[in-house]
Amino acid sequence: MIGPLFVVARLTAWETVRRRLMIALVVMTLIIIATTGWGYNRLWTATDNGAPIGVVQVRAITSQVLILMYFVFAGVLALSSVLIAASSISGDIESGLALSILSRPIGRAQWALGKWLGLAAMTIAYAGGAGWLELLVADFTTGYLPPHPWQLVGYIGAEGLILLTLALTLSTRMAGMTAGIIALVGYFMAWVGGIVSGIGLALNNAPLTELGVISRLLLPTDGLWRGAVWTLEPASLLTLGRQAGRAAAADPFMVAEPASPLFLLWALVWIGVVLLIAIWSLRSREL
Amino acid sequence: MPWPWPTPFDSAPLEKRVSVTAAGTAADASPAIHTTGLSKVYGRKTALASLSMTVPRGEVFGFLGPNGAGKTTAVKLLLGLVRETSGEAWILGKAPSDPGSRRHVGYLPELFRYQAWLSAAEVLRVHCELAGLDRPTWVEEIRAVLAIVDLGARANDRVGTFSKGMQQRLGLAVALLGSPQLVLLDEPTSALDPVGRHDVRQIIRQLRDRGTSVFLNSHLLTEVEMVCDRVAMVDHGRVISTGTLNDLLAEGDCRFRVSGLNPAERAGLAPTGDQDDDGEWITIHHLDPELIPTTVERIVAMGGRIYAVEPRRQSLEEHFLQLLGEL
Repeated sequence: MIGPLFVVARLTAWETVRRRLMIALVVMTLIIIATTGWGYNRLWTATDNGAPIGVVQVRAITSQVLILMYFVFAGVLALSSVLIAASSISGDIESGLALSILSRPIGRAQWALGKWLGLAAMTIAYAGGAGWLELLVADFTTGYLPPHPWQLVGYIGAEGLILLTLALTLSTRMAGMTAGIIALVGYFMAWVGGIVSGIGLALNNAPLTELGVISRLLLPTDGLWRGAVWTLEPASLLTLGRQAGRAAAADPFMVAEPASPLFLLWALVWIGVVLLIAIWSLRSREL
Repeated sequence: MPWPWPTPFDSAPLEKRVSVTAAGTAADASPAIHTTGLSKVYGRKTALASLSMTVPRGEVFGFLGPNGAGKTTAVKLLLGLVRETSGEAWILGKAPSDPGSRRHVGYLPELFRYQAWLSAAEVLRVHCELAGLDRPTWVEEIRAVLAIVDLGARANDRVGTFSKGMQQRLGLAVALLGSPQLVLLDEPTSALDPVGRHDVRQIIRQLRDRGTSVFLNSHLLTEVEMVCDRVAMVDHGRVISTGTLNDLLAEGDCRFRVSGLNPAERAGLAPTGDQDDDGEWITIHHLDPELIPTTVERIVAMGGRIYAVEPRRQSLEEHFLQLLGEL
């Protein structure tokens, strides 16, 4: 039962490498990381009123640049996950490849889960690799390491997993381009939903706040992004954020509290439920 | 350094080049394919209407019909790729919904494209793994099937560089992996040149020789006629004729090139009177082959001289067009 699932997973992961997608992504990411490493290093030569800035300032600036960098990584990961996953199943169905694979003793659930597993492995590998490399470069050049590096990589990876699961599920019924566009629009809407929720919180407006909560339940990417931001904030900024209270809630780059365990559990359940929908959708589809 | 590929088609028989033991013998109790009232309706369109048929083990079964007749739908139903609206099907004794039913089945789809980024050998390796073949047999299996379809020299080339015909040959190689008990071929020669078509016919005959059942979907009637033991003709989702080729095409015409008979003698040769005479050739329609020697004896007894006798069986195409009312 498990064997064919891993064959499909390996084939899916292999495809991202063979088609030079992963290589292109890695090369571009390395260029970005090298550039930021050079930038971190140049911070030591920066001056304030003619005097070199101190280590506290260098690390404070680094912490904020890191948030922007991870915003970029999260965005790249989101786009990549969606673009690859959105055509993964629909592309195989359109090309007739699905007929060839599914005429073997393999169930559709195994095929869908294998696809997901292969893409998930690549997503986690990218999130882990790029995430840690950027952190190590920052640490090496400025001596600053965010307080929760493991959780950071986890949040960024989970965001990618959510989007790939959504795109994969949509691709069981839609053409790749359609599935990709819907998933990306959902991603951006969820991000805006998080800001709207924060505005609602700042203004003490229940409907706006609830709208954000609903969007976070429908697509937990923004909640995970905010969790990632929290892992990147140094203690001093977290204190400032807490002091700002509800006023800072609308800022997607300032998060004073970590994601709740209940929300993280929901993100996990969300992936499971959407995967089940993907399996059901594929099983009931005529090929 | 190329592998030492065996020469395809004209050297060792198929069973010697494919390592796995030939399967699908008479010992298997269930037929290769059995359907009862199998139907598929898409919205208002009936793709297949109440198909009931049995394909015995070890036979080459031709499923014939024009484009859009429901042939591909039937194959997809048998493989569990689409779900039946009503009726039942069994493939090697199992329901198509059971993935295990496909363990000993090879399938060549009509329209497909393998991963362009894989080599031919890699495509086959993936299918060895999906088919659950024993790992130690893979290399030999891949080498054998590539040789059969004459792609041995292109084993390590990317599929993306293959022509349509070569992709079809690769598809056939995939279908032959692991010595399946049943091979379903959906328009296997549609992209092939005459040499390729000849090769496919050879492969089908060799499959039959080793006891493999072949279900051949095609609209190329003359090709089917050359290799099939039994056929079913389908049109607009309905089977309009079925049986062995001998059953379907038993009654044919026979031409006699005769001289030395007077007009009355020439006109009285056909037992039923159904004949044509162009002055040189006398064509007797629907003449039982058993009556040909008798007819020859009669001509000789009447003093006629016979230069040629040409029995001619009705072609499958003629039979099919006749059924459709277009002949």
